[in-house]
Amino acid sequence: MPIIAFDGREYLAEDSESVLDCLIRHDVSVNYSCRAGVCQSCMMMMKEGTPSEASQKGLKDALKAQNYFLMCSYVAEEDIAIARPGKDFQSVETDVLALDRLNADVLRVRLVRPENYSYFPGQFLNLQGPDGTERSYSLASLADGDDFLELHVRHIPGGKVSGWIHTALKVDDRVSISPATGDCFYTPGQPGQNLLLIGTGTGLAPLYGILRDALHQEHQGEIHLYHGSSTAEGLYLIDELKALDAVHTNVHYHPCVSQGTPPAGMTAGRADQKALEETGKLGGWRIYLCGREDMVKSARQKAFLAGASLKDIYADPFVPAVD
Amino acid sequence: MSDSLFNRLGGDAAVDAAVDIFYRKVLADDRINEFFADVDMDKQAAKQKAFLTMAFGGPNSYTGEDMRKGHAHLVARGLNDSHFDAVVENLGSTLKELGVSDELIGEVAAIAETTRNDVLGR
Repeated sequence: MPIIAFDGREYLAEDSESVLDCLIRHDVSVNYSCRAGVCQSCMMMMKEGTPSEASQKGLKDALKAQNYFLMCSYVAEEDIAIARPGKDFQSVETDVLALDRLNADVLRVRLVRPENYSYFPGQFLNLQGPDGTERSYSLASLADGDDFLELHVRHIPGGKVSGWIHTALKVDDRVSISPATGDCFYTPGQPGQNLLLIGTGTGLAPLYGILRDALHQEHQGEIHLYHGSSTAEGLYLIDELKALDAVHTNVHYHPCVSQGTPPAGMTAGRADQKALEETGKLGGWRIYLCGREDMVKSARQKAFLAGASLKDIYADPFVPAVD
Repeated sequence: MSDSLFNRLGGDAAVDAAVDIFYRKVLADDRINEFFADVDMDKQAAKQKAFLTMAFGGPNSYTGEDMRKGHAHLVARGLNDSHFDAVVENLGSTLKELGVSDELIGEVAAIAETTRNDVLGR
């Protein structure tokens, strides 16, 4: 009989018993609802073992790639180890490699990439501030190519961690980061699919990672990146993005400014509105939405109504911390 | 049973094909979209999928009590027969779009109909 390792304990599964049924039988407290592979509330991550196709049915590609599976739809035939999504992770310490200003409010933080630190560009990590407060920052670096981790940190007025990063953090300082998590990243397999990337503010960080990852993996479909801010000064990495647009025929960079008259070469209007207006029907497209929560929420619904499949909409809303 | 309604419709694959189309119709329908606005789209899609699986005669563990509890807050906001009819209509047009025969659509509508009183808390 196979053994299911979970939360530091081991449970013996009976023949043809699902992982969920096994844990329930052992009075383990876990989430579940439909027990029919539909509601996804019993989703877990398989740390040892390989999820079956049936146990990953309906999950997003990004989750499948991270070995997430539904406990109700998996019968263990060999020993497996499972963990709750996003938990059971150990933080690691690393050094600050470089700090560079991208604009008046945004600092580019490069950290030494710890050994065996794996991630997908666009995922986020939690960085610990001086008193243990944690904040999430998205990864803009290329996992397969850059030997550093790159974060874009906006100085939030009164922000405990961003304020410390902007005013006190120095090169060679030691910081603690969690493993990368999140499902907003590029997945290969459909190189011809058109991609629409919409971001506001430092929502560019994950999108910059995703864009470069897509190019690195030789994505062939059109890639439109809309980056928005209220003023032109709020945008950043403009030259880098213009260069990518110039070099790659399938990359189209659209800087958007929502207030006042924008400088030449920029579009007047909100990034999400312009993107949805200009691209029109989105059937078959893959959409990435990163930035302000209200923007992400409304753009998500509009992209869906414009024909994008829900499975093809990846969203990373920046939810302000409350503490 | 190979000739169950669920299998004749195409099983899981049919639910997958229907869920985006159905949810999109519901969100675009001004008669009912206020009840679906401002909710987590992933959770809502999972619920739509569970509902379609049930309406297609597929495996589900819904009880009348679940239906009552799940919709009580909407009934309090005015959910009534006209809204229920609109959802069934969207369900029918979704299936039509997918090329399902009128006969099978009738069977699906009949299953959906069995939930009416529970959904409306009667």
